[in-house]
Amino acid sequence: MAVLKEFLDNYGSMLVQGTLETLYMTFFATLNAYIIGLPIGILAEVSRKGGIHPMPVVNKILGIFINIGRSIPFIILLFAAIPVTRFIAGTTIGPKAATVSLIISATPFVARLIENSLREIDGGVIEAAKAMGASDTQIVFKVMLPEALPSIVMGISLATITLVGYTAMAGVTGGGGLGHIAISYGYHRYETNMMMATIVLLILIVQIIQSIGQKLSKLIDKRGKGEN
Amino acid sequence: MIQITELTKVFQTKKQNLTVLNKINIRIEDGDIFGIIGMSGAGKSTLIRCINLLEKPTSGSIEIDGEDITTKSGKQLLKLRKSIGMIFQNFNLLMQKNVRRNIAFGLEIIPIKDFIIEGMSKKEYDVLNYFQKRKLKKAEINRRVDELLALVDLKEKEFNYPAQLSGGQRQRVAIARALATKPTVLLCDEATSALDSLTTKSILKLLKKINEETKVTIIVITHEMNVVQEICNKVVVLDKSEIVAAGSTEEVFSNESSEITQRLIGGIA
Ligand SMILES: Nc1ncnc2c1ncn2[C@@H]1O[C@H](COP(=O)(O)OP(=O)(O)OP(=O)(O)O)[C@@H](O)[C@H]1O
Ligand SMILES: [Mg+2]
Repeated sequence: MAVLKEFLDNYGSMLVQGTLETLYMTFFATLNAYIIGLPIGILAEVSRKGGIHPMPVVNKILGIFINIGRSIPFIILLFAAIPVTRFIAGTTIGPKAATVSLIISATPFVARLIENSLREIDGGVIEAAKAMGASDTQIVFKVMLPEALPSIVMGISLATITLVGYTAMAGVTGGGGLGHIAISYGYHRYETNMMMATIVLLILIVQIIQSIGQKLSKLIDKRGKGEN
Repeated sequence: MIQITELTKVFQTKKQNLTVLNKINIRIEDGDIFGIIGMSGAGKSTLIRCINLLEKPTSGSIEIDGEDITTKSGKQLLKLRKSIGMIFQNFNLLMQKNVRRNIAFGLEIIPIKDFIIEGMSKKEYDVLNYFQKRKLKKAEINRRVDELLALVDLKEKEFNYPAQLSGGQRQRVAIARALATKPTVLLCDEATSALDSLTTKSILKLLKKINEETKVTIIVITHEMNVVQEICNKVVVLDKSEIVAAGSTEEVFSNESSEITQRLIGGIA
């Protein structure tokens, strides 16, 4: 116990700070990735062949954009995006700078998640809405999004978890957060305790996000048989 | 009245052009319960999907009350669809909305400015401000949903979700939903095919009652000959994109002439 107390006295506030930075980066990046990625994902699904408003050219362009974004490994993007980061954040180190790369990297991922969630909806339901005279916009907002909501919520927790991992990588370029602590203390200074502590914290964060996502998705999903 | 004239539908696929409907002529009177039977792939679904333009006809015309609908697009098309209800084999209910919200769907999507309040003139409605209109619309939708719940006998399930209902109950919700906007035509694409015979009977009874009470024209696609015999006053037989028999149900079912008709109604007559 004494060892633990000493460890926490020395590093506790730093770990708290690191955790908060990680959370800040993760949630801020996820939020922004959804603000940009949600409309892109919707448009990709709507415009596909067999979608509610096929637009082959638009769909092709979105597909290419999403695929390119998805195929650049984050660790490479982190360095490749430095000029953009400098332009937007005014700096290339620290949590703020890392967030820019995180958003760039997460947006195509989010768009694909949204697209997949929307595609899972039974086509018959969309057809029924169409037959009732719903416009394309009404189909998107009153049918597709509400019907896909449980799946979208699962997607949000998946995206958030992925971003927790990315924030840790962002520690490499001085991104701050737990990743930065793990690298500068655990790796460069061989402080195994610090390495362990950051790993435990990261696992905890991921677990909590995962179970919140699952619970929430299940709570709002009305497809279960249970009485409400 | 629905007058279908020389209706042709060709699907263009990469390899070939597939003629699914070949110069179809049908006349359906107001208040008919009109049956369409035929082998799988004959073009039945395509035919009724042309009536609400879920499929665009390649040529020919479909006149509803004297007006050709095949050229409609945009807002006109959406308006047309609100006057034609449709129900499906798999019900196609909104799984995340309860029974009430499902039934209300067709009414909720009507723009506030176009919404009609029963017993209120367009002029009276026009002078109201947006919030008054919104409030009235909500109340009117609730009133209409209550009416429909009573019609399909599902009052005690109003707050349940589709997953908690039986097949027959789901189809009742779908029927209520389709009728919410007071359509003049109701299209039924194998609406009882997923139901057992007892449930089928009760759904048919409901359709018949609705037909008698509201005079809505009902067009029924089915594989089950007893469905035709039970409720249809007229029927056409579709085979390989063409009509091979048409007439009153008794006529078609007693006609020995066509081989395909015989084959279809075989086991029954
Ligand atoms: N969108 C489409 N593109 C190409 N071919 C199609 C399309 N929709 C239908 N078809 C073809 O048109 C033909 C008729 O289909 P349709 O669904 O109208 O038949 P049906 O009489 O309703 O059959 P079933 O009794 O099996 O429902 C079939 O050969 C089908 O493969
Ligand atoms: Mg069919």
